[in-house]
Amino acid sequence: MTIYNKSWEAVIGLEIHVQLATNSKLFSGASTHFGALPNTQACNIDLALPGVLPVLNAEVLKMAVKLGKALNANINTPTSFARKNYFYPDSPKGYQISQMDKPIVEDGFLDIELEDGSSKKIGITRAHLEEDAGKSLHEDFEGQSGIDLNRAGTPLIEIVSEPDISSPAEAVAYLKSIHSIIRYLEISDGNMAEGSMRCDANVSVRKIGSKELGTRTETKNVNSFRFVEKAIQFEIERQIDEIETGNTITQETRLYDSQLNTTRPMRTKEFANDYRYFPEPDLLPVVLEDKFIEEVLKEMPEMPDEKKCRFVNEYDLSEYDSSLLAADKDLADFFEIVSKTSKAAKLSANWVMGELSAELNKENLTIQDSKIKAKQLGQLIIRIEDTTISGKIAKEVFEKMWSTGDEVDAIIEKEGLQQVTDLSEIESMVNKVIDGNPDQLKQYLAGKDRLFGFFVGQVMKESQGKANPAQVNQILKERLKE
Amino acid sequence: MALSDKELNEIAYLARININEDSFPSLKGELEKILDLFEKLNLAETSKVEAMSHPLNLSQPTRPDEVTEEDQREKLQETAPSVKSGLFLVPKVIEGEN
Repeated sequence: MTIYNKSWEAVIGLEIHVQLATNSKLFSGASTHFGALPNTQACNIDLALPGVLPVLNAEVLKMAVKLGKALNANINTPTSFARKNYFYPDSPKGYQISQMDKPIVEDGFLDIELEDGSSKKIGITRAHLEEDAGKSLHEDFEGQSGIDLNRAGTPLIEIVSEPDISSPAEAVAYLKSIHSIIRYLEISDGNMAEGSMRCDANVSVRKIGSKELGTRTETKNVNSFRFVEKAIQFEIERQIDEIETGNTITQETRLYDSQLNTTRPMRTKEFANDYRYFPEPDLLPVVLEDKFIEEVLKEMPEMPDEKKCRFVNEYDLSEYDSSLLAADKDLADFFEIVSKTSKAAKLSANWVMGELSAELNKENLTIQDSKIKAKQLGQLIIRIEDTTISGKIAKEVFEKMWSTGDEVDAIIEKEGLQQVTDLSEIESMVNKVIDGNPDQLKQYLAGKDRLFGFFVGQVMKESQGKANPAQVNQILKERLKE
Repeated sequence: MALSDKELNEIAYLARININEDSFPSLKGELEKILDLFEKLNLAETSKVEAMSHPLNLSQPTRPDEVTEEDQREKLQETAPSVKSGLFLVPKVIEGEN
């Protein structure tokens, strides 16, 4: 999909902020619940009143250790906090507590799967804990800004990749992989629209073969998978254009505008980015005992890659199907219930990724909101397998299940959709069709073989789709031989 | 170590302190003394000393992930200079817009 001049290559690194799904804040006991009235979840610590001290949330450490393990990274102990100093109204302290020299997670990697089926290793520089800022609202306050500090102090973990990504598609694959991991670990809901996962992209370009890195820009404000791809694509093309017309790239922060599909520079003061980091005097370094780490790792769930391999081995599914299912934990769980109910893995996978996913997409529902529960879909597949209904009729039953919520057998019973497997009944239908179409019969007997399909179709129509197609084929063959 | 006017202005800006030019010579003198002290510190042999981020040799205590703070918005906003619809009002600051 990358269409720019082949003599250029892009060098991309992503910084992903993930909001951790805790009940309370990183350093205070205020709630992190989304959607509360302004400033009702901002306590004296979040407001930085004089004399308050931060107290670290233990759950955050567990979450970070799990993430570190999933990213094949080192866990630093002791790990320490630092102050990042800047003035902005949504940060009442005048600094953000973050991590600098000893981030909790360091030096890992992630294997991402690309569209052509190959995989690529993306280095993870670090992942560090930090607190989120509040929100500024700029409308309707007579020239003033309104500040809501509910989000101030919410725990974030920022995952910084090495500049190992070389295309917008790879950036999306990496982002999706991180998204899948944080959802599996249940450390974040990963909701990009609500800001639980936010992404900044560092992009530069260079001539292929060049060892030196070009000047990079940082693009902020990319809040969906699609926008990440488009923003990076735009930025790559912009930089190549600039250089090819003889201009230079300025190291700067840019904002992505999803409506115009452009990036534009943010206004920045010449020396505004001097954060003067120093060790946070209000917090001691955190020692993570071996025993603590061991206990946390015992709670590690099966991760997407492991699940994918298990699906291939245990259910005999293709690599492709397995990785599609395993990418989303809820989808994978749903599939497993369907499969265990029906005892037909391949068919279950087809229905979950086919009919069910199509219906969910159509109504913009997540798998948890599916109107057909996993066990119900399993029952439907049992009825296909035991030849009570054909695959075609099953789609009809599926639609009815979806709209009414009724059970499979009740629908089959009520609508009289049982497959006709009674030989004599099928025979009489076959006879009726042959007798009713003498012209076609004559042509068929004269050697027009492809009319066989016509007869099958007529019999299926006669049975209103309920005849067992294999039996129809067999009986027709026998009768037409005579 | 000599400090330029430009550097002094930058430091003042980062600290959000307004300084007037009359005070430049005395401020420079004081800050240069501090910088000299750090230059002296930089001469100390530290290659065999482990970096320390806190003087106490203890691990940070933690708290369980529980909501312990109730909504005290009304009380906390009593001292705020300006409030509307539950929001703190501040002079308009927009970063990132031209």
